[in-house]
Amino acid sequence: MSVQPQELDEFSREVSAWFAENRPPEPGFLLPETFMEVGEDRQFEFLRDWQNKVYEAGYLGMAWPEEYGGRGMPQAFQDIATREMARQRVPFMLNTIGLNWAGPLILNMGTEQEKQKYIKGILSAEDIWCQGFSEPDHGSDLGSAQCRAVRDGDDYVINGSKIWTSLGSYARYMILLARTSTDGPNKYAGLSYFLAPMHSPGIDPKPIKKLTGEYGFCQTFFDNARIPADSLMGKEGEGWNIAMLTLTFERGATGGQAGGIAAMDLNINDVVELARRSVRGGRPALEDPLLRDELVSLMLEARNNALMSARARVPALATDWPTAIPMSGKLRNSELKRRMCQFALALQGANGARFVSAGAIDGGKWQRSYFNAFSGTIGGGTSQIQHNILGERVLGLPKG
Amino acid sequence: MAAQIELNEEQQMLLETAADFCRNQSPMGKVRAGINEQVSVDAAVWQQMVELGWLGITIPEEHGGLGLGLSHVVPIMESMGRHLMGSPLFATVMATQAILTSGSETQMSDWLPKIAAGTAASIALTEADGNWNLEEVSATGTIHGDTIRLAGNKTFVLDAIEAAVIVASVRIDDQPRLVLIDQSCLPTGALERETVIDETRRSYSLCLDEVSVAADQLLPASDFAAIEQTAMILLCAEITGGMAGVLHVIVDYLTTRKQFDKHIGGYQALKHPTVQILLGLEAARSHLYHAATTLDQPDELTRRIALHSAKAQGSEAFAFAGDRAIQFHGGFGFTYECDAQLFLRRALWCQYQFGDERYHRQRLAPLLLDQSA
Repeated sequence: MSVQPQELDEFSREVSAWFAENRPPEPGFLLPETFMEVGEDRQFEFLRDWQNKVYEAGYLGMAWPEEYGGRGMPQAFQDIATREMARQRVPFMLNTIGLNWAGPLILNMGTEQEKQKYIKGILSAEDIWCQGFSEPDHGSDLGSAQCRAVRDGDDYVINGSKIWTSLGSYARYMILLARTSTDGPNKYAGLSYFLAPMHSPGIDPKPIKKLTGEYGFCQTFFDNARIPADSLMGKEGEGWNIAMLTLTFERGATGGQAGGIAAMDLNINDVVELARRSVRGGRPALEDPLLRDELVSLMLEARNNALMSARARVPALATDWPTAIPMSGKLRNSELKRRMCQFALALQGANGARFVSAGAIDGGKWQRSYFNAFSGTIGGGTSQIQHNILGERVLGLPKG
Repeated sequence: MAAQIELNEEQQMLLETAADFCRNQSPMGKVRAGINEQVSVDAAVWQQMVELGWLGITIPEEHGGLGLGLSHVVPIMESMGRHLMGSPLFATVMATQAILTSGSETQMSDWLPKIAAGTAASIALTEADGNWNLEEVSATGTIHGDTIRLAGNKTFVLDAIEAAVIVASVRIDDQPRLVLIDQSCLPTGALERETVIDETRRSYSLCLDEVSVAADQLLPASDFAAIEQTAMILLCAEITGGMAGVLHVIVDYLTTRKQFDKHIGGYQALKHPTVQILLGLEAARSHLYHAATTLDQPDELTRRIALHSAKAQGSEAFAFAGDRAIQFHGGFGFTYECDAQLFLRRALWCQYQFGDERYHRQRLAPLLLDQSA
């Protein structure tokens, strides 16, 4: 479907006006930066209402098929709406797991019935989704998952636990990776993938207190939990492949996400802005040549990432390792975010040692962001695992 | 920031042609053999480069060239860098751009048609103090009627004995200026070969003390910014190509060499920094083609930021890649025999020509931090 440039321009003006007019007023409490940090009911309700409002206005899932609740429009429109959300820095779309991981997965390989059942609720935020991949003893090594699922009549009976389930206590569904067999040719063969209803007897999400002192994650316990057999996605034993497909959506290596921003992210311009008003050792921070050099280095790194995305759109300029750019996105962006926030503390002199409180610079959001940045460098496969993946799958180096 | 990267059809064709040409003309054995040759490239290969039109890419059609932008030289320099291919192309393009941006009509018609037809040229900017600021020049020119008497010394004059003309910077009436020095004006001994870290380069010092040129050899303009920008984009192209080359050398070794019964690429201590090199290359190529895109556009500030960024990022990443390449080859890496040293030497050459990463970050700081928002 070809789109006229003036159509996009017109849409761009429309969407810009809508967000300017409809952005929610400041709630009077500190909002979380991402869906992983929603620890209070008031935060949750505020963000759920906001996503619902954006969806009802037509700016979410624009490229998803109409018959399931999308608008069936070219991706270019959604991209414009998403960019506008980022530009105007409106609150993020709460249902990240549904919008960006489970939704695209279901549209990609789900049955007609699954699409009918789940997609609309993902977009409207009526059905919140969470993810049950990691286990307490198997952080980055998903293939070793031990959580058991045993078929019993029309149900599967689940036993075990999952960790880092963001929004676990609010979610209606979980994408769940569980072991249906232990005697396959390898550990991967016994894994199966479920779209599990969270409100089943025996499922108990317990909030975990994070290093920031806030809540946002759960450990989800399964104690003879019964879920309907038709919540199995694909066939038994296909869990590993489906989980890997999910991760390509999570890492942004494949398109198909519903769109919308997933975080109210601090970016390099915020750090520059902080530097402009920072005083260190009695002098404006921007007069310090060492701080200037460090800041310029971080700005260069942010530029690297923006330019890599631009080059990925010119296939003739791919290097001999064409998957390097898409597969390294999470690693590059999460590591930059962590070091950027770390540097922001250095701009604050002795106040670098404060934490979330009225006396801290910007209420302590930099300290909180620095701590929360580890969720990016650890979650979804740690940075160290990302290096292994890139080394092995992109450069063809042998496994360790 | 507009993170714009474009590649037109001509550039794409040049990229394909140059990749094939350099792969065929510059296998590693030939690179090594070439180190001991008097000149950077054999005449037959140079002639083919002339026939491909590479010498005249930026030269206007009325002077016998193709009349394309400098960005079209980028794919060629990148491919040459990938295969460490030598030739006076770098020096010649530098001189060409100096004549194009600062020369008179007569000077252009004197030299550009010859260059397009294969005459090599060079440029003499740097002096013994190693200053990267091209406008801080100690060599002098004194005008006596119809002649300019030159004095002082230049260094890092590439492929100077092959160059029919050398564009040199000298201070005249306390202003940095550019003069054309015809090879025939140079007394015996004025050029002396220098030992430089990249052995694929032929670098010369140039003594100007006994040299005089006619007054009409003075270039009317002195666009040192354009000269610096040319150097930066050409070096960044060589850097990007070189990084791809050295990464292949590393990956080949990591997937064939065994220690303790397994391929060494399986060890994370080697695997992870190799991934860092890959990401450095991806960043370098992105900066390079963004900078190339800005060359053809009018916004000077965007172009300066793009070029300084590219040189800062590329210099550091290539030097890291070369350094690690030696280390990862273990004992073999310590020998002259190992190709890693060729790339490390090239990386250091590119890093310290026309500003290293520290210098360019310093140049970037006021552009990025002190502009009123």
